[in-house]
Amino acid sequence: MNPTRAEYAVVACAETWRGDGEVLAAPMGLIPSLGARLARLTFAPDLLLTDGEALLLDAAGEVEGWLPYRQHLALVTGGRRHVMMGASQLDRYGNQNISCIGDWHRPTRQLLGVRGAPVNTLNNPTSYWVPRHSPRVFVERVDMVCGVGHDRAAAAGPSATRFHDVRRVVSDLGVFDFETADRTMRVRSLHPGVSPAALQEATGFPLPAPADPPRTREPGAAELRLIRTVLDPEGLREREVRA
Amino acid sequence: MSDKVMTADEVAAGLRSGMTVGIGGWGSRRKPMALVKAVLRSGVTDLTVVSFGGPDVGLLAAAGRIRRLVTAFVTLDSIPLEPHFRAARQHGGLELTELDEAMMMWGLTAAAHRLPFLPVRAGLGSDVMRVNPWLRTVVSPYGDGEELLAVPALRLDAALVHLNRADARGNGQYLGPDPYFDDLFCEAADAAYVSCERVVDTADLLKAAGPQSLLVKRQFVTGVVEAPHGAHFTSCVPDYDRDEAFQREYARAAADPGTWAAFAERLVSGAGRERP
Repeated sequence: MNPTRAEYAVVACAETWRGDGEVLAAPMGLIPSLGARLARLTFAPDLLLTDGEALLLDAAGEVEGWLPYRQHLALVTGGRRHVMMGASQLDRYGNQNISCIGDWHRPTRQLLGVRGAPVNTLNNPTSYWVPRHSPRVFVERVDMVCGVGHDRAAAAGPSATRFHDVRRVVSDLGVFDFETADRTMRVRSLHPGVSPAALQEATGFPLPAPADPPRTREPGAAELRLIRTVLDPEGLREREVRA
Repeated sequence: MSDKVMTADEVAAGLRSGMTVGIGGWGSRRKPMALVKAVLRSGVTDLTVVSFGGPDVGLLAAAGRIRRLVTAFVTLDSIPLEPHFRAARQHGGLELTELDEAMMMWGLTAAAHRLPFLPVRAGLGSDVMRVNPWLRTVVSPYGDGEELLAVPALRLDAALVHLNRADARGNGQYLGPDPYFDDLFCEAADAAYVSCERVVDTADLLKAAGPQSLLVKRQFVTGVVEAPHGAHFTSCVPDYDRDEAFQREYARAAADPGTWAAFAERLVSGAGRERP
């Protein structure tokens, strides 16, 4: 069976942790979690991962450490962590919103709150996962800056930029980064079958891609086997990202 | 040796309207629900609540008891968005001081250490600064000259926390994997009230776990309440997991004012009976 869009997304998420070494991978949500675990089982064996609560579990599922919330929040500031958060809104500079939609004083839709996004983005590498790429998520301006993007960090000064590293965005359409002169989002790769026109239609700001864009790498046979038989035998990934 | 054991309603009777109250736990985990229900049975209102929010915030907000909420999030964990908090925000039902999680932690730490603030690398560049225009920065007096956020101390009039065990003097013990910030809440407060699954003899505390499980020290504790299932329907591992079915019922009831009135009445009424 050919790889599904969800499986491309898992591998694309896994790739965000490539080369990170011995740091905590902090994935929020199913596809990033599968990606982080896949990365550890293959090309990033030194990654640390929690059980979603206070325990660090190794690749064999053995408890190898203790990381209650207070230590987790403190560890963020030491930087040995790469988090992949969700985003209800995201702009071209990587400013992220998970707090509320509309005017903060009287939101039309209250969401979670800023959570740890402000401290995350100023202290350790941060990437984002968006399961449904749409103009409602990829917006011109976010309503509440929770995760700090490149322009806002620069404007806030050297203490904000010192460890600021908003790295990558993975969505169901492609992979994006900020490796441009003005630190705005660019296409790193598009998943198979996604055209530049379809990407632009789903994005609320200009996001040009070359006519023949780089393609997200195909999951290898060993990766597919791990995803399908070890990490997600129930196929929950296919519910989060539809083909 | 003073015996601090009291009832949940006696705890509520010790609170005053207008107080700043910190509530322990995290999201829908080990929330002092028995104490929150006692507050709801009392007339105490106009509260400033400091909490890593869950259904504690939801219940108090639904009953109109919160004037101002200080938080980084409100969630039921397995149900991401807390329905009463959403409704209160969308209808202008409470004032909000929205801080980052780490700012909350360092603000409570500053209060516990009797410091006016602590410098943190958080908030800068984010809209936490815009929605809290009173926040200030501080410049490092050393050569680096870094400008950091000065998180103000989050001093509390009272703290409410729920632990697995405690003795009658107020030594509190957690048996799950995460202490959350319950000791910090107690140390940041003028009066801390610890409810627990079971009050045990001091000599029996270490029969359950090692000394590092003794989270809350008695010199910070004003009252101890024995409240079996006192965190229900939130989790209180290893004594019990979250009651997911009940939590779904809570969220469903919240969607309809008529259903909610009956549900809340049933939830809050029976003193000491934590499973409706």
